Amino acid sequence: MRELKILAVLIVFTAALYWGVEPFAHSQMHPHVEEADYSFKDVDGLNGMSGNAENGAMLVQSNCIACHSIESQGFPSVMDDASNAASYGVVPPDLGSAGFLYNADYLAAFIKNPAKATKTEHKFEDGKVHPMPGYDWMQPQEIADMVAYLQSIAPKEMTNKEVFLDACNRCHSMKYDGMQIVKDAENGVHKVGLQARTPKENITAYMGTFPPDLSQYTRSRSDSYLHEFINDPQKHLNGTAMPRVGLTLDAEKQVVAYLEDVGETTKAEREALGPKFLIYLVIFAILAWAWKAKIWREVH
Amino acid sequence: MMAKVDESLFSYDGLDKRMAITKFNKVMMTEYWIPKDINFLWAMGVVLATTFGILIISGLFLMMYYKPDTALAFDSVNYTIMQEVGFGWLFRNMHGVAASVVFLIIYIHMFTGLYYGSYKKGREMIWISGMLLFVTFSAAGFSGYMLPWGQMSYWAAAVITNLFAGGSLDAQFLVEWIRGGFAVNDATLTRFFMLHVFLLPIVILGIIALHFYTLRIPHVNNQESEDIDYDAEAEKYLAGNKKEAKVIPFWPVFLSKDFAVLSIFLIFYFYLVFFHYDFAMDPVNFDPANPMVTPAHIYPEWYFLWSYEVLRGFFFDIAGISAMDIGLVAFGFAQIAFLILPFIDKDPEILPAHKRPRFNIWFWIMMVDLVVLTVYGKLPPTGVNAWVGFFATLTFLGLFASLPFVTKADAKARGAL
Repeated sequence: MRELKILAVLIVFTAALYWGVEPFAHSQMHPHVEEADYSFKDVDGLNGMSGNAENGAMLVQSNCIACHSIESQGFPSVMDDASNAASYGVVPPDLGSAGFLYNADYLAAFIKNPAKATKTEHKFEDGKVHPMPGYDWMQPQEIADMVAYLQSIAPKEMTNKEVFLDACNRCHSMKYDGMQIVKDAENGVHKVGLQARTPKENITAYMGTFPPDLSQYTRSRSDSYLHEFINDPQKHLNGTAMPRVGLTLDAEKQVVAYLEDVGETTKAEREALGPKFLIYLVIFAILAWAWKAKIWREVH
Repeated sequence: MMAKVDESLFSYDGLDKRMAITKFNKVMMTEYWIPKDINFLWAMGVVLATTFGILIISGLFLMMYYKPDTALAFDSVNYTIMQEVGFGWLFRNMHGVAASVVFLIIYIHMFTGLYYGSYKKGREMIWISGMLLFVTFSAAGFSGYMLPWGQMSYWAAAVITNLFAGGSLDAQFLVEWIRGGFAVNDATLTRFFMLHVFLLPIVILGIIALHFYTLRIPHVNNQESEDIDYDAEAEKYLAGNKKEAKVIPFWPVFLSKDFAVLSIFLIFYFYLVFFHYDFAMDPVNFDPANPMVTPAHIYPEWYFLWSYEVLRGFFFDIAGISAMDIGLVAFGFAQIAFLILPFIDKDPEILPAHKRPRFNIWFWIMMVDLVVLTVYGKLPPTGVNAWVGFFATLTFLGLFASLPFVTKADAKARGAL
């Protein structure tokens, strides 16, 4: 009885300590932000308008492919990544999957005014302009037609990695994906994996800071943080250069899944081994207590 | 003079003649007497020894792949060990969680000694060697935390090594000497690696041996601090009067209980290892160290938070002395406060707290204050948090200042003084 009381005191103190330094402290250090909004209510998007994909094809092909590739439709990039980055600051995205990745209203708002839709107007002041010009001089119907076209050519399904490559990889590297030992004159022997498509000098100049490698983001950021942050980076990091990219909820889930696929490859093994370990220990505990009872019967 | 030994080395008798293994086994095991009136808190020593064993073994495996180089350390831990090496993740989780849980058990072990008066008369050396273990374990925890070379590794190292400047003493040369450079750098990482995997484990093993030795002569305390005549009680036990004897042998009776308690601890520990390890491996430390970006919140691991809060508690200058200097003095005192306990407890009798009414209150205020200091040691020190930290620090210091009077009053009321 006395031992149970002592155990209860121990548990109460340990639990209070744990609650204080973990859930409570984290709630104090990471203020609650508004929930992620996947309908992008704040943007000036399609406003309920539906578009004509055929008309959109004409508009896209005459307005966009000077800078953007659409490989799937036979419009390859005219330059390599390095030249693209040197010309625009950042490698422009291929538009083939835009209709899959991005919310339609967001896409419309982005075409009209990229800096505003991405919430990065603070970056483009004092004569600096977003590398993509706004198309808000077009008729709303024309914008809707282009969005309809992008949706019509988008793949029906993409793998998690394909989503990451198209949505994030122009700026962010993922070192632990395909990590290999290489040797070069500048860095000696070191390990590299998936690099960002925009070269380091260009992307650092464009963003003002080098966008982090995302290999361990599945460990360094909580799921809720990742969701809120990807949906709207400004909420957690006010003033950050990272654009709001407008991923749909499904595309964003695929990005997060990819971060976990690469960042924690041993998760499945861990979750499978854990219960076996614990069952073994329970058997050990039963034997240990039986032995203890046998020994102590003689002395009590 | 050595007796002539005819028995073969490869026989029990031969070994016994040469090494007195029968005698040794009696002294260390079957006739090493432990009081019978104990509870599961008395098993924490064996739980600690086991956890330290886990740290050593998992640490050896980690060392086979870890690279103490600022360019390689982060990936050697998070990629090579966590993803490429078979069961590397298991050893890493075991090591990280054990490093955290070992402090929980150390605190339980330490406050058990505090509650039952086991640091008093005759047992001072047990307490002092135990406190030396606390200090060396702290150093091992701190140096080990630097090794993954994440953001918290780097910034905790920067903040803590900077304390050696001594506030207004401005001893920058000392900080630079410890870091091996102006800022925390590759040399810092390599030397902390040396401390963590060589010097500190060796010193800890030596002090553990000392700790066991200091325990053997005065024997462990019991729940009511009864003064046991070990010779008389041992005689009863050996005569077969086991139920009446107030003592039990270390082996097998005491250890059978230890193993039972240990088995429960291991279930708890391995549950954490597999399913709940973030508390021991801070997410912030999965961002690689970056001297150009300061994390929004810098805090040590949970087991250092109470003394860290004592350091931060004085957040304003008093009488022309800077807050930093007062904090450092208070922090310095906090490090040795528990060590000097046997000398500031003025009660001549060894008794558990429940038989010392004033000390009992003192003890529980101390426990609550340590929890408050720990929790507020992690929170940002702003607004009301700073004041809670300030008063909790004052309480902590006040408790130690009052202990001689509290213990004397208990003794007087009992008629012992």
